[in-house]
Order: sequence, then structure tokens, then C-alpha cells
Amino acid sequence: MTAPPTLPVHMQRNGFDPVPVLAELRDGKGIERIRTAFGMQAWLVTRFADVREVLSDPVRFSNARLQEAGRPPGLPPVTPEERARQLAGNLLAADPPDHTRLRRMLTPEFTVRRMRRLEPRIREIVHEHLDAMERHGPPADLLAEFALPVPSLVICELLGVPYADRAAFQERTHRQLDLRVPMEDRLEAGKESRAYMAELVARAQAEPGEDMLGMLVREHGHDLTADELAGIASLLLIAGHETTANMLGLGTLALLRHPAQLAIVRDEPDRVDSAVEELLRWLTIVHTGTAKMATVDTEIARQPIAAGDLVMCALPTANRDPELRTDPDRLDVTRGGVGHVAFGHGVHHCLGAPLARMEMKIGFPALLQRFPGLAEVPGTATFRSFSIIYGLTSLQVTW
Amino acid sequence: MKGDLVAGVEVHADRDVCIGAGLCVLTAGAVFDQDDDGIVVVLDEHPADVVAARDAVANCPSGALSLTEE
Ligand code: SF4
Repeated sequence: MTAPPTLPVHMQRNGFDPVPVLAELRDGKGIERIRTAFGMQAWLVTRFADVREVLSDPVRFSNARLQEAGRPPGLPPVTPEERARQLAGNLLAADPPDHTRLRRMLTPEFTVRRMRRLEPRIREIVHEHLDAMERHGPPADLLAEFALPVPSLVICELLGVPYADRAAFQERTHRQLDLRVPMEDRLEAGKESRAYMAELVARAQAEPGEDMLGMLVREHGHDLTADELAGIASLLLIAGHETTANMLGLGTLALLRHPAQLAIVRDEPDRVDSAVEELLRWLTIVHTGTAKMATVDTEIARQPIAAGDLVMCALPTANRDPELRTDPDRLDVTRGGVGHVAFGHGVHHCLGAPLARMEMKIGFPALLQRFPGLAEVPGTATFRSFSIIYGLTSLQVTW
Repeated sequence: MKGDLVAGVEVHADRDVCIGAGLCVLTAGAVFDQDDDGIVVVLDEHPADVVAARDAVANCPSGALSLTEE
């Protein structure tokens, strides 16, 4: 497959908003057959209630059995052993009880209480980068100076990944998530990531440190294979820097274009929780999460679904469902709550959600207070559509 | 039915189902906590703030929480 794929409908947006045809689908039939970015047929589920139903039922809608629905056209064959290695430790490719076993080992590291203990260090990292941005002087690329390095440094420290390696792993992640990159190259990037992680795992096994890799080796070293450890670490590293970075970048642009909302985030600390939830809902940077395979003949939104069919959930459309919020397309940071599906729902609900929330709750107000006159350099913001995670490729700001 | 019109509720948590997402702690910190393993603990089975408790139950991603009206 060398031709760049066309963007599937569920990934199409006008700036911050899902394209109108998606809202029409949601408010009409609710579900439709689409072609995924990988050229496969799938059902796209768009309503909030239906999305929650699919995501809460790993028995009817399996992540692990996704492989059985066939491989995207044009892919080189892999041996079952290689396939198993590629999937080991990837929580998103597992169902209960395997998923439960892996997730339970990681859960203690991501509790709300644990995150509160990390708070001072995150604050420090945020302020160090704001200092650097100030020294750099305007104009500066908000993504390069702030949105990307902050979550990168946080997840590196937490996991035990040398921050000095970031340029290399960020480049690999971009390649893995960018849909314009040919599939072979994306798979190759995935392989390189795993090889890199395998090295770090071997180092942690020889000498377990105080970080998460060290903890996993010390406490679960006997229950986890080296492949599983590498898989877990790769997933946490990608999810830990790419998602929050795009929320910080895109979220800042959203606030700059809604000055009254920006003023609330900057000046009213009591409202920051609700502001972060509203930004998560309104932006929903993960378009769909992982596809699932129906395990039985079933029905969603009155549409019969056959066992073996692929099912995908349009998270941005679900989060803009009038059943979830009145006037859902309006950004109103005073009304956020946790009921949205920006972190998914069900057993795969984002493990790092408490960490992401913490980084945003610290990051947005700190940025806006440091630079009260923050403004975008007109014409420099470019949206990043061809990626599994929506965001910006650059945003020049001045102050 | 509005939360404040109900006499009271009893909340339950199935610790085998919980995935430790911590949303319950965020939503109703007086009612739920997470133990050292990240698994839900009910602090108050008969919470006064019925609305917050009901919100937490509705938003639990794993379906570990339930509630009976008294
Ligand atoms: S919200 Fe549900 S899954 Fe998350 S900690 Fe509470 S009970 Fe467990």
C-alpha cells in the first residue's frame, strides 16, 4: 500500500468540530457502514448511549479477537509468533480476563492519590518550561516549547525512560500514528519502538530503579514476560506523551479563540476541573479508540450486526450528542463534568486519565497566568488530521 | 426522580469488576476511595450527597458500582 489513504469520515473535522455529516448520521440513523483508514469495512457508532453500550460490553465486542476480522488489505503476512510478540502487553488488544490481569498490575501507579503525590513535580516541570519559553521570547512554537515537552518529560520520569532519547521516540511515535505514512513503515516504526523498549526492559531487569519499569520488574517480574513488559511500556510511553501534548496544544488554541472562556480558566481556579472536562469533551482528540469485533450476531441502534463484523465508535460525535449536553457544540468551560467518553468507557477506559487531568489542570492556568497577553500568530495554526490522535502540527504564539 | 427527594440510598462496589479508573473518587470523594492497589473502597454506604453518589455510579466505566434506593 503506497498511495496515501483518504481520511475516513469519522476523522474528518472542520477545525475543532466533527464534520456536519457525522452529526446528521448521529441524529438520524445513528450507525453506518464505513471504510476505515486501513481500507476495511466497519460499522461506525455515533450516539453517546450506543457508544457507551459498545464500550461497556467486552464480551459482545472484543478487542482481542479483532485479528480474526481479517487483516487490512496490502499488508505483508506475519507469522503467528511474531503477531503474538507484537501484541504482548498491549492492553488495548486484550479482553478480560487477560486484560484485567495486566491492568491490575498498573492500576496502583495511576490512582488519584498517587497522582496528587506527583503534583509538585509536575508543577516544577511546567514552570521550568514556561521559564524557557519566556527566555526564548516571542514568537515561539507553543507545541515545541510547552505542549509536547511537558507530558514527555512527565511520562519519561514516571516510566523510567531517559529523556535524552525523546527526539528518537517522538519521531517513531509520529510515524506510527500518521496515516499518510505507508503501512509498512508504520509497522516498522512499531518494531523499532519495541526493540528500544526491550533494551530498557533488559536494563530494568538487571537493575530495577524506583520508576514504573523498576516497580513492574520488582513486583511482577515473575508474572510478566519481557515481551509483555516491553509492550506495556511502549503503550504507556505513546499514550503518555502524544495524547496530553495534543490536548495542551489544541486546548490552548481553543481558548485563544474563545477569549471569555480563556479568562475563566486563567482567573478562576475553582473552575479548572470543569474547564478541563469540557475541553476534553469538546475536542475529543482520540477519534475512535480501537476497533472491536462483534463476537455474536447482535444489534446496535436497531441495526443488525453480524458476528465477525468490525465496530468503531465515533467518540467526538458521541461527546457532542445533545443527549449528553444541551447545546453540545458550544464550548462552555463552566459546565464540564466527567460523564464524557473522551477517555473511552468500559474496561479500556484510559489508565492514564488521572495523570492527563492533573497535567492539564496545572498546565492551562499556569501558561495563561504567565503570559496574560498570549495570542496566536495569525495563520500559523495547522491542524493535524491524518493522525490517530487529532491535534496541531504547529502553533506560533506571541505575548 | 430527583436525588434530593429520595429518602436515601445504599451504594455497593464490586471490587472484582473495578478497573481502578478512580472516577468515583473524583466525582464523590466522600463516598469512595481507592486502596493501595487502586481498587475502589466504599467509605460511606449511606451517603448524604445522593446526587454525587448517583453521578459516580452512572459514570463508573467498568460498571463496578451500583446503588439501591432505600
Ligand atoms: S470509577 Fe469504577 S472502575 Fe473506577 S475506581 Fe471507581 S469503581 Fe473502580
